[in-house]
Amino acid sequence: MKSQKTFTFASVWLLLLFIILAVFALFPLYAITLASFKDGKELLRYGLNVKWDLAIMNFKNYHQILWGIDTGAKYGMWYKNSLLIMVIFTAFSLIFSSMVGYGLAMYNFVAKNIIFTGVLIVLIVPVEIIMLPLYKLSINLHIIDTIAGVILPFVVAPLPIFFFRQYAIGMEKEFMDAGRIDGCTELGIFFRIMVPLMAPAFSAMAILQALGSWNSFLWPLIVLRTQEKFTLPIGLATLLTPYGNNYNVLVAGSVLAVIPILIIFIMFQRFFISGLTVGGVKG
Amino acid sequence: MPAKTTWVRNLFYSKKVAPYIFVAPFVITFLLFFAYPLVSTFLMSFQEVLPGATKYIGLANYKKLSDPDFYLAIKNSTKYTFWTLVFLVPFPLIFAVFLNSKLMKFSNFFRSALFIPILTSVVVAGTIFRLMFGELPGSLFNTIAGYFGAEPQKWILHPMFVLVLLAFWRYIGINIVYFLSALQSIPQEIYEAAEIDGAGKLDAFKKITLPYLKPVTIYVLTISIFGGFAMFTESFVVYSGNHSPNGIGLTMIGYIYLHGIEFNDFGFGSAIGLTLFVIVMAINIIQLKFFGMFKKEDS
Repeated sequence: MKSQKTFTFASVWLLLLFIILAVFALFPLYAITLASFKDGKELLRYGLNVKWDLAIMNFKNYHQILWGIDTGAKYGMWYKNSLLIMVIFTAFSLIFSSMVGYGLAMYNFVAKNIIFTGVLIVLIVPVEIIMLPLYKLSINLHIIDTIAGVILPFVVAPLPIFFFRQYAIGMEKEFMDAGRIDGCTELGIFFRIMVPLMAPAFSAMAILQALGSWNSFLWPLIVLRTQEKFTLPIGLATLLTPYGNNYNVLVAGSVLAVIPILIIFIMFQRFFISGLTVGGVKG
Repeated sequence: MPAKTTWVRNLFYSKKVAPYIFVAPFVITFLLFFAYPLVSTFLMSFQEVLPGATKYIGLANYKKLSDPDFYLAIKNSTKYTFWTLVFLVPFPLIFAVFLNSKLMKFSNFFRSALFIPILTSVVVAGTIFRLMFGELPGSLFNTIAGYFGAEPQKWILHPMFVLVLLAFWRYIGINIVYFLSALQSIPQEIYEAAEIDGAGKLDAFKKITLPYLKPVTIYVLTISIFGGFAMFTESFVVYSGNHSPNGIGLTMIGYIYLHGIEFNDFGFGSAIGLTLFVIVMAINIIQLKFFGMFKKEDS
């Protein structure tokens, strides 16, 4: 009887704690969504608040950001660029990283350890310190201010390689031999047999890479020059002024910017933790 | 099988050639977009880089580092990293243990709810926090401060408070997920055995849970140290650009951006970058040594 009681008490306290935490996590998003329907002057005067007042709420900010009224924002283009970059980056990143991770896990070859050490080195060197020569290189390669310039330098990413390698190590090598007997090429074995088996790992890395691409800031800020080429975060950042007079359009643009990634998260979240656990952060 | 295609076929069927095809994407991008820029960062840090007239100037770039703004940037980045470690390691660990507990109801819902903030870009998150911490009396935090009888504050003049809270909000969920995944790999039998031996909940936590969480804790610490020193965007958005009042929001990456991109001084920018790298590596090596990561028996 006693243990039954402590069970309930502890559960209630834990529930209370996590309700507070969940409110802390979700409240700012609720507040910004509410604010996006309010007038710019109201926002300047009161900042974010939780006052429901249907009389002063309307879609004006959305109208303003989508048509670039007053600010000249090319929101539709930024959105399109961000979506395009996210899809291309995620697709190529998953193909290449899984190939490399799989190659390192499944074969024995001379340069294997050197290449794996290379992956680890890329993993620990902060990319920020090579930004300047990378910028110079992008100018020389004529990929400055292009989608390729945003994607290429980071498309083969060390963390997914590491993750796919860990995942592939745990797989049965017999499948490969079965494929060989059936006359598959080595690449065929990978794409036809192993990739489907690695589906959970792909889901986990898809969300990670899509999120990284969608929210990426410093490199696109450096590599993109013209308004028409900007991604969403860079475009939104141009609306920041020290006087804060664009905040009404900025909040509307921010709310729309969160939507696609939220959809992806809801679609993939089931796989996320399982994928992360299998690949193991334990190293 | 036609003879002329035999060698091509063999290429695709060869177990010797295949691994090199698989790792080729990494090797190419590693050489072009990592090794080459890294070497040129090193070389440029000893050069004055001007269009068409680059010359070797020895340690002059490193001597320029005795700049009050550089020390300010180091101070700000170090303080930020310190406070994010204080809040973003122990709390997620404890919350993950709670979420993993059998007593916890709806733990999947809460895990997802706490994870959602990381989905916002730093630009969006920064905008939200900038508005919540507005300086006018009607702003959210000044209203809250008002309930406790405090005067309206110019919150953004307290960069550490705003930026660390922003980091806590954005990263708590992902760190909880890291700890949770490690917790779920602990075999339940160990806890059952401990219970039979009469160990209490706290004993089990100290003697079983914490040792099992050591590797993931070290991982979170390491990435948090790198992340803390690499912070730039948060400050950029909260202060509407790279120029905050008296440099209170200047970080080390902001300092590289200022000299490298804004002033176009690649040589000096590279010297700052390498110095940052040495600092971060030194701190992480000390941290890893402290936790005994280099000892054989732990690996």
